[in-house]
Amino acid sequence: MTADKLIVTASPHIRSLDSTPRIMWHVVASLVPVVLSAAWFFGVSALLQIATAVAVALLTERSTGKGGAIADGSATITGLLLGLSLPAGFPLWMTALGAAFAIVFGKQVWGGLGQNVFNPALVGRAFLQAAFPVAITTWPSAGGGFFTLHGDLFAMPLTHPLPDAVTSATPLGLLKFEGKGTPLTDLVIGSTGGSLGETAALVILAGGIYLAWRGYLNWRIPVSVLVTVMALSATIHFVDATKPDALFMLFSGGLMLGAVYMATDMVTSPITNLGRWVFGAGIGILVVVIRVWGGLPEGVMYAILFMNALTPFINRATQPRVFGTRLVSAT
Amino acid sequence: MSFATGFRHGVHPPEEKELTSQLPIRRMPYPDELVLPLRQHAGKPAKVCVKVGDKVERGDKVGEADGFMSVPIHASAAGTVVDVDWWPHPDGSMAEAVRIKVDRFAPQVARPRLVPHWEGLTTQQVVKAVQDAGVVGLGGAAFPTHVKLAPPKDCPVHTLIINGAECEPYLTSDHRTMVEYPDRVHFGIRVMMHAMGVQKCVIGVEKNKPDAIEALRRTVPKDIDVTILPLTVKYPQGAEKMLIHAVTGVEVPSGKLPVTVGVMVQNVGSVSAIAEVFETGLPLIERIVTVSGHGLRKPANLIVPVGTKLRDLLAHCDGVTAEAAEVIIGGPMMGQALANLDAPVIKGTTGVVVLEKGETREAAVYPCIHCGRCLEACPVFLNPSLLGDHARVQQYEEMADLHLADCMLCGSCAYVCPSNIPLSQLFQASKVALRRAQAAVT
Repeated sequence: MTADKLIVTASPHIRSLDSTPRIMWHVVASLVPVVLSAAWFFGVSALLQIATAVAVALLTERSTGKGGAIADGSATITGLLLGLSLPAGFPLWMTALGAAFAIVFGKQVWGGLGQNVFNPALVGRAFLQAAFPVAITTWPSAGGGFFTLHGDLFAMPLTHPLPDAVTSATPLGLLKFEGKGTPLTDLVIGSTGGSLGETAALVILAGGIYLAWRGYLNWRIPVSVLVTVMALSATIHFVDATKPDALFMLFSGGLMLGAVYMATDMVTSPITNLGRWVFGAGIGILVVVIRVWGGLPEGVMYAILFMNALTPFINRATQPRVFGTRLVSAT
Repeated sequence: MSFATGFRHGVHPPEEKELTSQLPIRRMPYPDELVLPLRQHAGKPAKVCVKVGDKVERGDKVGEADGFMSVPIHASAAGTVVDVDWWPHPDGSMAEAVRIKVDRFAPQVARPRLVPHWEGLTTQQVVKAVQDAGVVGLGGAAFPTHVKLAPPKDCPVHTLIINGAECEPYLTSDHRTMVEYPDRVHFGIRVMMHAMGVQKCVIGVEKNKPDAIEALRRTVPKDIDVTILPLTVKYPQGAEKMLIHAVTGVEVPSGKLPVTVGVMVQNVGSVSAIAEVFETGLPLIERIVTVSGHGLRKPANLIVPVGTKLRDLLAHCDGVTAEAAEVIIGGPMMGQALANLDAPVIKGTTGVVVLEKGETREAAVYPCIHCGRCLEACPVFLNPSLLGDHARVQQYEEMADLHLADCMLCGSCAYVCPSNIPLSQLFQASKVALRRAQAAVT
């Protein structure tokens, strides 16, 4: 052996097995069952929707990011989450536009992975919500054959989308605008109207538990969000029984997807554990406030985006106490 | 009682100690040449006191202590001084060193010397004897041991803590010392407690060394207050502040020395080196080194003469494998990787670890995704992610405000970082830059 062949690196010379791409791809893998359940309820439309979002997200990342940046998996997650947050019949060209917007304005203009303040998928969705408010709230009913093409998937840009023959309102919309409830079993199973990923609460929860168990997701944020939503809505329901109860709030709308997969985006959520509790509680409060008193039936997206904006301040306010800066008496 | 104590945070790197933990300590034969750097300890380097051509016996001084914050350097084998010049140092730099050609036919018996009887000695005499023997902390930092024996008068020490945690992966030299020489450890403790007038001693040992705990307990003297405390297996349990916290429940205040909370920490190896001084009169001229790693053919725990070149040491262990990629002095978490195997084993060398390809850190570095794992790893509760952001843009003043000084470069943050950001390297560089900036101001 010659000395020339030795490598010299700074300590530590070993590292744990986990890497950023590994974390990201695990998140992707845990979303596969969610995609499949969307396909179960909405058929091939769901797959087309999600595939478009992912493909455009990857293409955009490829053309705007540094070489090899798509290998880290983050753009795939953005595409998947954006796709899952859209209705099944949403015109695909709008989806493509939203995915490109999510990558460029949600991530790249901030400086790429790790630098963005807002969750890229939600930035994309907020853009679509503002640009196409009608299309994004046109919810085709679940069901029909697998190959049923919902809505107006292949509408050309700038044409007037055709109204879907069979549409239905989301449970939250039903409650807010028509005062109608939805059976809890339908909510839990997911056989209701809504975005692709809004309808499979249990599958999402299972994915979240898997990720938390592997340490790829910080459990404090979803627990904090869900507990806050439950506690607050139970209190409101107790005072005014016309308001939705806790379980309805928990299993309706995008709360599960948002709490488990969007609020937990490491880049845009607080880095301290105390901060994560605060962050989750803030989202929970905002979701309940928007749903109960706001003009919109659903508020998960805005709640998360709002708390994303507060993340740097939460981080600053919840810095850990440095060892030895307070004397602890001997036990 | 198997109650174990520990600290919050920290990491769990693979221990890899089974490679050597059951191998008895062996003595390595003398190499042909020894290299004795004059800087082997924290503080001032020794002053050379031999010249080329001088014959030296085993245990003779080749370097004198230069003041109180310094210790002498002794020849670890009989031979002839062939050179006094700059030579690769195991910290990666170059340092002035005395090179000795070992006499192949010398009996390697030290000159007859007086063995001081410890009970009759005052603190000053013990301090002098320990300094003359060149004893330094053998846990890696190589802080002169005699300086610790004479704490400032306004900070009385009530508890002596012996560090037997050995939390670095691979290393087993302290472990084997405790298993094979528990009496020597206890004797060294006795001398130290006598010299310092300390009544209480706690030996902290990680729970993964039950045989060491058992050996120490079996031989514990009845007439002095020595407790053996099993510790949680966690890196960096052996860091001074973590150990003190585990033993006493007290946090050493930020920026202060352990004596301010009335404790003093000594490494197991240092204690047994002190014991040897008062048993045989021999100075510190050899030490127990763990030579290990999957890149090495025959791992071992060896008594190595100080000054043995790494090349000779590795050759004695049947050399490295074809897959060997990195040679590290010390453990893989805080050790120093070396390119030049002519550098010698010095007093502070706890081990030599040879990593194979695939065990080293891969090259790809990703941006920080704020996963927060470094915050949960940092044993002193810093925010390595934020510190890293500042380090990259050279905001050293901001880093100082964020308690960079409390970072002990244990490497836990960089170990867990999924983006492979070299955090401890950034912090080490920032500490240097900050010191320079502050030196320029004053």
